[in-house]
Amino acid sequence: MQGTLYIALRPWPTLAVVAVLALLPLAAAAVDQPFYVVFATRVLIYALIASSLNLLIGYGGMVSFGHAAFVGAGAYTVAMLMPAGIVSAWLLWPAALLAGALLAFLIGAISLRTRGVYFIMITLAFAQMAYYLVLSLRVLGSDDGLTLGARPSLGLLDLNRDATFYYVALAILLAALLAMRALLNAPLGRALQGIRDNETRMEAIGFPTYRLKLLVFVVAGAAAGLGGGLLASLNGLVGPNLLNWTQSGLLMIMVILGGAGRLLGGALGAVVLLCAEEAIAEHTIHWPLGIGVVLLAVVLFAPEGLSGLMRRHRAGT
Amino acid sequence: MSTPVLRVAGLQQRFGGVLAVDDVSLDLAEGELHALIGPNGAGKTTLIHLLSGALQPSAGTIALDGRDITRLSMHRRVRLGLARSYQITSVFPKFTVLENLSLALRGAGRPDDRERARVELDAIGLGDRGDQLAGALAHGERRQLELGLALATGARILLLDEPMAGMGPDEAERILGLIEALKGRRTILLVEHDMDAVFRLADRISTLVYGRLIASGAPDEIRRHPEVRRAYLGEEGAA
Amino acid sequence: MSLIAEQLLNGLQLGLMLFLLAAGLTLVFGIMDMINLAHGSLYMIGAYLAAALTGASGSFLLGLAGAVVGTAMVGVALEMTLLRRLYRRSHLAQVLATFAVILIANEIVRMIWGNQPIMLNTPVALSGPAELGAFRYPAYRLVVIGAGLAIALLLGLLVAKTRAGMWVRAGASDREMAEVMGVDTRTLFTLVFALGAALCAVAGALLGPLLAVQVGMGENILILAFVVITIGGIGSIRGALLGSLLVGLVDTAGRAFLPFLFRQLFPATVASEAGPAVASMLIYMLMAAVLYFRPTGLFPARG
Repeated sequence: MQGTLYIALRPWPTLAVVAVLALLPLAAAAVDQPFYVVFATRVLIYALIASSLNLLIGYGGMVSFGHAAFVGAGAYTVAMLMPAGIVSAWLLWPAALLAGALLAFLIGAISLRTRGVYFIMITLAFAQMAYYLVLSLRVLGSDDGLTLGARPSLGLLDLNRDATFYYVALAILLAALLAMRALLNAPLGRALQGIRDNETRMEAIGFPTYRLKLLVFVVAGAAAGLGGGLLASLNGLVGPNLLNWTQSGLLMIMVILGGAGRLLGGALGAVVLLCAEEAIAEHTIHWPLGIGVVLLAVVLFAPEGLSGLMRRHRAGT
Repeated sequence: MSTPVLRVAGLQQRFGGVLAVDDVSLDLAEGELHALIGPNGAGKTTLIHLLSGALQPSAGTIALDGRDITRLSMHRRVRLGLARSYQITSVFPKFTVLENLSLALRGAGRPDDRERARVELDAIGLGDRGDQLAGALAHGERRQLELGLALATGARILLLDEPMAGMGPDEAERILGLIEALKGRRTILLVEHDMDAVFRLADRISTLVYGRLIASGAPDEIRRHPEVRRAYLGEEGAA
Repeated sequence: MSLIAEQLLNGLQLGLMLFLLAAGLTLVFGIMDMINLAHGSLYMIGAYLAAALTGASGSFLLGLAGAVVGTAMVGVALEMTLLRRLYRRSHLAQVLATFAVILIANEIVRMIWGNQPIMLNTPVALSGPAELGAFRYPAYRLVVIGAGLAIALLLGLLVAKTRAGMWVRAGASDREMAEVMGVDTRTLFTLVFALGAALCAVAGALLGPLLAVQVGMGENILILAFVVITIGGIGSIRGALLGSLLVGLVDTAGRAFLPFLFRQLFPATVASEAGPAVASMLIYMLMAAVLYFRPTGLFPARG
């Protein structure tokens, strides 16, 4: 049933954006800046991760301050399996996804018994536990992290070619966004938003809210884990900083920047934040100051993020 | 009386040193409309919280159709046919009225297509408000939706917490009409302050004062009951 | 034996310093219902000001006093310009806005003092050991413990026995009601925040000689402080004290004894890593356990 919550798919703008994204590697090659293909791939992966957090925060009302833990779970899974001889992405990436899902199940099962600020705090605490665990264990590389040999193999596709990896990442991101849209348009998605808006009443009309939240938490964790696995494969190395709470903070910034509760909010925020970071970092080492100021401005004056601003602009207000 | 559809025995709720609900026992017969009255702070809403599952009692039991549901979670009770409405309106403002009702249908495990939602919509008299956002409704209409959400779960037993709270005479009459139409078809526990409504609707009335049930019986008995009059009117009125 | 006593005192010291941070944090949280991540930045600013002023004047006491005043002023400025706009916003907005403050504060400090840690020396008079019966313990740490206890006592008296404390508790439970009763909640909130900032500065100055005065020092201790108030219960000074002592002792004892314990129980290869790993995770495990049984902490002041 259509209504206010239905997320429409506008074919022409969507195709236009996809086309632009598809042409990016060619453009980069044309201006002889191949580095940007890797950068853009990283942006795409963070778009995936931030979208998964958007599902939690924007659509589920679950302000998780420990999302980086799931990214780390996926990344370290890949980093440990590759030296063990598993080099196929067909095995590595689903493993990363499962690792994220499993960790999310464990953390979510306990954390979702709390609400509000306690939930924020306990998710932060669990992420810190994961961080310290990774930092302390030599088998996980402790301080230095782990390096992977090469990129995984993906059948006929050669992931060692940056452009190929880029297209694979783009395909995964698009598939994930379509899946997210499907989920949100389905009854589960409505129930999730109902829980976000009024959890008590949802329970009072018969929804098993804890179970539903846990389900979505696991889905988000899985997607973040997959993102972590992709990052590890792209960069060829993983380090404990991936699980630092400031990383979780950055992911939250991406969500609010792009617009929490809008389908493309996470992706948009990732694009803007990472590009801004890249642009400012060239001019000053104090770029976090700029990020801080922008974040403050967004929270105070544009809390609905860029998606919100664009929607207001289109509506003519 | 055959097996009461809801049997409450020795229910107690302790908050620190305070006994908000003190040894309350109550039976609801099928199809009965049972009013619960009492001064402010008497524990009526707490009792509703206990019966709906929002709170766990310190002591006592609740049985639905003979089955012990004391420890059952709120959402499970809804699936068994026990739902409540709230004194302070609690709907989903960002959803349309129809979407609100669909949620309630779905939560209770009933088919939630547009047609069924329409049926619920018409039943509560909001027929032309279907596609409006719940947040945009007037106060009285929101109360109708509030009631509608509980109704849409299809619950056989309804716990209605001051459904007419904060309504003007016309709006209150509308809600009254809705509840009256349900008489006999559903079992209702009605918490209300409006005495006219209570005496018009109730089959039986119970009075709660400081968490204790001081009187329970037919409306006429309650009207004449000295302790009830004392609780409401003070010593002088007990004559 | 003296090792155990030493670790207990260390744990007490850490706990009391954590209490200084946690008290301000829990008050702000309990009264204004605001998550303030920038609390750690105030602690950092306190430490830096103390180091700078002590270095310039040669007197630790002067440095401490100056740090308290300076940080309180920064706190008030921050509250009046930014934070008071956040009181009515969602927790998410508060988290993000104060996270932004951390980013900005860190960079500003970096711009002024650079990335390397700066020196804050133990006052000469206290740099030696003190004799405690049979064993010795650094005199400075003893003074820190003393200062912490004194402040805890004062704070407890302030909140429980004074008019101002009553207002604070009234404001905590119901802002509108307090305003109707004539309490100027706006000024009250600013003062509460200033008090919190001052406490941060004391902690920063006192811990400066023991830990590194460096950009990012605020974040590490901030997380500990949040663990403390979550365990203790938000809004409760008593909870903050109990939580801090618990966390201080568990963390210190854990780090000191767990590796040893593990070496007794497990083969060396496992123990050498698992011990420190579990020790660093210990307080988070403690917090998770507490929240599992008491989802709102041990002594929540508000539901």
